Amino acid sequence: MTQSPLVIDKLSAGYGDTQVLWDVDMRIEPGEVVALIGSNGAGKSTLLGAISGVVDTWGGTARYGDTSLTGLEPDRIVNAGVVQVPQGRRLFGSLTVEDNLRMGAYLRRDREVEADLERMLTLLPRLRERYDYLAGRLSGGEQQQVAIARALMARPQMLLIDEMSLGLAPVLVDQLIELLAQIHATGVSILIVEQDVQTALEVSSRAYVLETGRVSLSGPSPQLLDDPQVKKAYLGV
Amino acid sequence: MSAQAAGTEVALRIANVGMRFGGLWALSEVSFDVERGSVLGLIGPNGSGKTTLMNVISGVYKPTTGDVRYGGKRIADVPTHEVCHLGIARTFQIVKPFASLTVRENVAVGAMYGRYGGKRSTRASFERAQELLEIVGLARVADRPASDLTIPDRKRLEVAKALALDPDVLLLDEVMAGLNATEVDEALELLRDVNRRGVTLIVVEHLMKAIVSISTTIVVLAEGKKIAQGAPSDVLASPQVVEAYLGSRWVKRQEQLKQIEAQRAHAAQVQPPDAHA
Repeated sequence: MTQSPLVIDKLSAGYGDTQVLWDVDMRIEPGEVVALIGSNGAGKSTLLGAISGVVDTWGGTARYGDTSLTGLEPDRIVNAGVVQVPQGRRLFGSLTVEDNLRMGAYLRRDREVEADLERMLTLLPRLRERYDYLAGRLSGGEQQQVAIARALMARPQMLLIDEMSLGLAPVLVDQLIELLAQIHATGVSILIVEQDVQTALEVSSRAYVLETGRVSLSGPSPQLLDDPQVKKAYLGV
Repeated sequence: MSAQAAGTEVALRIANVGMRFGGLWALSEVSFDVERGSVLGLIGPNGSGKTTLMNVISGVYKPTTGDVRYGGKRIADVPTHEVCHLGIARTFQIVKPFASLTVRENVAVGAMYGRYGGKRSTRASFERAQELLEIVGLARVADRPASDLTIPDRKRLEVAKALALDPDVLLLDEVMAGLNATEVDEALELLRDVNRRGVTLIVVEHLMKAIVSISTTIVVLAEGKKIAQGAPSDVLASPQVVEAYLGSRWVKRQEQLKQIEAQRAHAAQVQPPDAHA
């Protein structure tokens, strides 16, 4: 697997007349786990959307290795190896777990899709038990597992995960963190957006803080965990 | 009224409730009482039956076994809209506003057709809606379409819509999911205010900080069964609850917090604010 850095340079984006992101700079090295934290409305999901091509950018660039992502259609971005797990899971509720997973491999033309499916079911045994269930009938935790597995079926080199822990039991978040560690161990770079700042900073090596569309702070995660400003604004201690 | 410790009154009694879907018992033999004016926190892993129980109480599902009693009256067979007229309201995990109506109109619909069953005038309903929007902090966006709202505001609207039904008992299904620390504090303040106005609350939430801070009693479900019930500190100390729900990271975090508090207390003792060298 060829690994490349994701480099975001002075990226601006918005909706209609409203600018949401202002000159955002960010860099994720191959194999890194990086967290993006900030309040509701700070622009975290907009930034993920701008990287994965579902939000139009106004200025600046996002590059993955030699590929410029800005202006590319979302399917091309997936083909380039950058894949998003969207907030709220966004599964195909009336399709089975199997079909949701296969949709993740929709763009692939290689012969290893079946083997990858088997790998997902080994990684997430619960999905084997639920293989023929409609995704819409699963519990929240099971749905999040399907959403992550569906993204992995696209064979990402860079995984963008939006609000993984939302609505999940603490013990289940523990399991998903284990899963992230396993995915990371296979060489995939990960950018996580989390409302649960403590968790985000515990699982990442570096983090960026987004405030009203601008990067206000960045650094090693352990350092941000001890930062008085971060503690007060995001950890409530 | 059934016998209960002096000074307390049962608002809602869940008696031996079981709910079967095909071959799966989503709930089995679940029993507990909710005291009037209290806040009951309902926690458990995803898929443990919390939302199913909400659906049984609000009349969406008729339980396979057992009974739900409200003010001594059996309501397990009562259809949803009548449960609402009786004074039980709920919010939905996936918020469901009328997207094309304004925020105020959304709340006015509840005020008109809820407890009052269509007998409240349009004018009175809009007045009530305005009051509630002020309570939940949405007056500033009252005339915007509901579809325009941000996530925290959608959650506020969900609470305002439910309050518009003038409930005695309010079921809240994850109204704090997706909110940050500051927004959670605001939401808790709102719920305490609602509770002070005499509304009994049943709160389903995964944010333990919020649950611990607001609940009088916590009930824990796992795989459709009640595995614990009691005061927050007792329930959270239960090894069974830690294993089924809280997980080891949570325990570790609590120990860290305790250490930080102990250090702070120690520092304060060693160096009281008015101490001289």
